[in-house]
Amino acid sequence: MMDKWTFGLTMLIVGMGGTIVTLILFSFIMSALKKIFPYKKED
Amino acid sequence: MVDAILSGLSGLVAGCAALHWSNVLMMIIGGVLLYLGIKKDFEPLLLVPIGFGCIIVNVPLADLMEKEGFLRIIYDMGIITELFPLLIFVGIGAMTDFRPVLENPYTFLLGAAGQFGIFLTLLLALVLNFPYKDAVTIGIIGACDGPTVIYVASQYAPHLLGAVSVAAYSYMSLVPVLQPPIMKMLTTQKERETVMKTHQKTVSDTTALLFPVIITIVGGLIAPKGLPLLATIMLGNFMKESGAVSRLTKCAENELSNIVTLLLGISIGATMSGPEFVKPTTLIILCLGLLAICLDTVCGVLFGKILYYITGGKVNPLIGAAGISAFPMSARVVQREGQKYNKRNFLLMHAMGANAGGQVGSVMAAAVMLSVLKGMGII
Repeated sequence: MMDKWTFGLTMLIVGMGGTIVTLILFSFIMSALKKIFPYKKED
Repeated sequence: MVDAILSGLSGLVAGCAALHWSNVLMMIIGGVLLYLGIKKDFEPLLLVPIGFGCIIVNVPLADLMEKEGFLRIIYDMGIITELFPLLIFVGIGAMTDFRPVLENPYTFLLGAAGQFGIFLTLLLALVLNFPYKDAVTIGIIGACDGPTVIYVASQYAPHLLGAVSVAAYSYMSLVPVLQPPIMKMLTTQKERETVMKTHQKTVSDTTALLFPVIITIVGGLIAPKGLPLLATIMLGNFMKESGAVSRLTKCAENELSNIVTLLLGISIGATMSGPEFVKPTTLIILCLGLLAICLDTVCGVLFGKILYYITGGKVNPLIGAAGISAFPMSARVVQREGQKYNKRNFLLMHAMGANAGGQVGSVMAAAVMLSVLKGMGII
């Protein structure tokens, strides 16, 4: 069993890092979707 | 004959005799929750059933939470199985409009910044010697998202369910009180007065429809352990955006949400039995939960400041405070605070974007956390 510092820092780095990277990815995907399916007036 | 009468009478006073001081304290706390819900309008839909559940579970000898007690049946049916928080998420998804975040996808990043408190509080809980799973559950209060907190607690630390749920919902309802001082402390007058450009409508119906499907697939692939959370909220949103199942959407928004909220609230109240709830750990959890939500706001506003400088003063840093998941309360707080410092400031739609980003961010943070725990072999 790892010590609590290793666990805590891993959660901070991988957990927070993973959350940020995922949301950046979502942001890029959404920007791409907006380009592929642009808004038209009749929408 | 006299003995029989005395025996009968003893049955009538047994409840009073078994009353512990902690039961009385919890009944008072239940009363305070009812007062806050009814008179102060703090999350009444939840605080009223929680408060009532808290009062009745503290009546001794009623055995409501013993095997076959009616509260135990509801609790086992919906909390232990994780069903209630997931059903609530279908309703939340059906009620949430993600278009503001789609208008400006960068606001997803504010939703990420608003989750820092989760991980910082987790570290603090570890410093205070909480076991790993308990620390994770306490940290998740920082998601500022009741169903997510309940989902994680019911799986990994059911003994903390009452404390973390009450902390999450109480602090969510206190967002209008907690956030403004932090927002003011971290920003300058000039930053708070920043007027942001009004949105042009740029999101097509196709984009809005594809959003929940793509987020579910991509998010699920990255963090499969959190897929139930992500999938249910996105299912609700997909139904709403499709426009094809308005009956189901209305049901998710109203009947389903109302029934599950009632059962969820009374089940949480049922975990607040005096002898189990009144202990120093509960107080520490309530303090850590408060800290988590304050840290979320601090990190969100600081990230808003970074955006302010990167964009040359085009982003009002106050919208960073809406990066937490308390939807739509924190967006309203940002709007109100923005107007306080500049009457020409209309931050609501920008803040709604950050707030919707925070909604997805909190679910993703929990999902990522669970998947990391799985990867580390902790769960």
